[in-house]
Amino acid sequence: MKNRALRRVALVAAVASTSALVLAGCSGGGGSASGGDGPVTLTVATFNDFGYTDALLKEYMDAHPNVKIVHNKAATSNDARANYFQKLGKTGLADIEAIEVDWLPEVMEYADLLAPVPDDLKSRWLDYKVKAATSSEGNLIGYGTDIGPEGVCYRSDLFAAAGLPTDREEVAKMLQGDWSTYFAAGDKYVAATGKPFFDSAGGTYQGAINQVEDAYENPDTGEITATKNPEVKKIYDQVLKASATQSAHLGQWSDDWMAGLSNGAFATMLCPGWMLGVIEGNAPEVKGWDIANAFPGGGGNWGGSYLTVPSNGKNVAAAQELADWLTSPDTQIKAFENAGTFPSQTDALKNDTLLSNTNAYFNNAPVGQILTDRAEAVKVSPYKGAFYFQINDAMQKALTRVEDGTQDAATSWQQWVTEVDALK
Amino acid sequence: MTSTLERPTRSAPAPAGARQPRRIGFGQRRSAWDLKFSPYLYISPFFILFAITGLFPIAYTAVISFMDWDLVRNSGHFIGFDQYAWVLSQPKFWVALRNTFSIFLLSSVPQLILAIFIAAMLDQNIRAKTFWRMSVLIPYVMAPVAVALIFSNMFGDQYGVVNTTLQNLGLPAVPWHSDALASHVAIATMVNFRWTGYNTLILLAAMQAIPREFYEAATVDGAGKVRQFFSITLPSLKPTLIFVIITSTIGGLQIFDEPRMYDQYGTGGADNQWLTVTLWLYNIGWGEWNFGRAAALAWILFLIILVIGAINMLVTRSLVRDEGGRDQRSRRERRAQARAAQQRLEADAARLSTPTKEARR
Repeated sequence: MKNRALRRVALVAAVASTSALVLAGCSGGGGSASGGDGPVTLTVATFNDFGYTDALLKEYMDAHPNVKIVHNKAATSNDARANYFQKLGKTGLADIEAIEVDWLPEVMEYADLLAPVPDDLKSRWLDYKVKAATSSEGNLIGYGTDIGPEGVCYRSDLFAAAGLPTDREEVAKMLQGDWSTYFAAGDKYVAATGKPFFDSAGGTYQGAINQVEDAYENPDTGEITATKNPEVKKIYDQVLKASATQSAHLGQWSDDWMAGLSNGAFATMLCPGWMLGVIEGNAPEVKGWDIANAFPGGGGNWGGSYLTVPSNGKNVAAAQELADWLTSPDTQIKAFENAGTFPSQTDALKNDTLLSNTNAYFNNAPVGQILTDRAEAVKVSPYKGAFYFQINDAMQKALTRVEDGTQDAATSWQQWVTEVDALK
Repeated sequence: MTSTLERPTRSAPAPAGARQPRRIGFGQRRSAWDLKFSPYLYISPFFILFAITGLFPIAYTAVISFMDWDLVRNSGHFIGFDQYAWVLSQPKFWVALRNTFSIFLLSSVPQLILAIFIAAMLDQNIRAKTFWRMSVLIPYVMAPVAVALIFSNMFGDQYGVVNTTLQNLGLPAVPWHSDALASHVAIATMVNFRWTGYNTLILLAAMQAIPREFYEAATVDGAGKVRQFFSITLPSLKPTLIFVIITSTIGGLQIFDEPRMYDQYGTGGADNQWLTVTLWLYNIGWGEWNFGRAAALAWILFLIILVIGAINMLVTRSLVRDEGGRDQRSRRERRAQARAAQQRLEADAARLSTPTKEARR
């Protein structure tokens, strides 16, 4: 009896697995012809808004009559990230897949699964854009699209009330310098108004840590050095000391923070190019926001994306050609006009369309020129290894614990050290 | 046709008492198979589907939990119980377990009390019954993520509706996102909002199945509404309550949507204030892509739920055996009564076997 039951289970399992195989076979079967000048269908998967409009893609299709482009947009980069890692190394990814700088370190672990960018294109991008996506074998695996050069956004109306300069040239002059200059300005503002100067310790820390070359890990050995790096501790202490009096304690992207953008809960914020849209979107009725051509400690970059070509795709050569065109300076300028994505190509930074771009919401600030200057000021390409994301995430939580009063700075640091030590 | 005609003629000459073995026709054998196997065939779609979508993933998860698994390359190497040891050695795990149970208790207990109360009210003779009954179910129809979004907005630390109201009343603001207990209360509120109505309807259905004669008799005996509720309604509800408790236990231990949507990061708070086991599982799996660890944690959670389920079942059994607690006699009394009844029956049977006038009539 027992035997028969077992046999029956085995049969069911066999039937089940066979049908699964058949199903899998079906899904793998359908595909387009590849190679040569035959008709090719290329799929492009992006998220949020890369500025790749139908009109833009049609330009390419007109020039290449044999190519048909299908553009799929994921709603958020998180959806795209989940999809990317579930299918990378298997099948099902688009011919061209967009990735974000935040998860680039994770992608770099699988650099061998991506088709490298041809060597002759490498000079197209800013140095740090290329360096971040170059694998240990020296292969560049991502076609850079946009970057997030950071300036300082400020509320000129609140600055005026505090007796600080309001003109963006003068504000830039006041903020020129290192982080202590920025915090000194904050002290003045707080003394005059009694209100917070910046949004959160976390956002401010992010700006500072992105200027440290090897903050958390040793690029040669991969060893985690975060807890022993004196620079990390220095930034932690400096930011928290300032945060005690100057921070509005509003964690970025929280509902309170979004409300704070419009209700004047803080007067300044570190501002990558793409943040301008976020501010405008959350505080459409506020008149005072402006952007200064300055960033504490030199330059800083926050965010940006790449296009990758999975090497097991069916049309790798054709996909590489399209990725090449999509990230060319001319196309990226058009994408910038479409969606405000700030180009990462050196030639595009000299383009008149970009340089003459102004933003009406930010008091007609010449954001094209300002962000170009900020992009050129970025000198450091921080190394982000396999554990960068987890270490940084734990650090953000450590800062939040101090900000919301759950722990003091020393206890929170200690807990962070314990958490980082648990990583392996 | 022929076989049915033939068979009686063959068996007819056989002497009564000594039965001849008959040849069994195919049709008969088929109908025997039909009787034996058809039920299995009819329920097989569910079990085949379950094997593919339920059993296989569970077994595969067990395999992966013993490995250092690389999702992208779809490969891993066997490392034994290391992942389990890692999970159990993390202080985060115990914090997550504490949070899960805290949120579970904060949501289930008030929820059930409230559900019973509302159901008792709806069971009364009120106007527009259907309207009220449907209304309590509406929160359940809302998507959990939508509920979480609305409530997260209300529980904002500085500009949320709740804290603004508290401050207007001159009360101190509650640190919803930094104090562990406060965050548990907020999350439990979302769960309660969603599930109270659902449980209310189930309990209401059970209440309506209670024979009205009980209440009439109790009224005649002079019992008030409150006494009737505690002496008739509650005891009759026990089997249904057990069902509701078990389902809310399973749901409570797997709570995910609400804590995930509670803040903008969805990772359980800066000090893991509202990190639940499933939320941590998700973060390990889909945040760090460490499926070996996530699988080990999934199995640990599975075992925890099994243990809680077993405790539930033991409690259930002891409650159901006394038929909803209406039987107030002790076990010895019940046994004695059962013995007496048995003896009476035997006596009756003996009386019946000796034919008497009375029995024939």
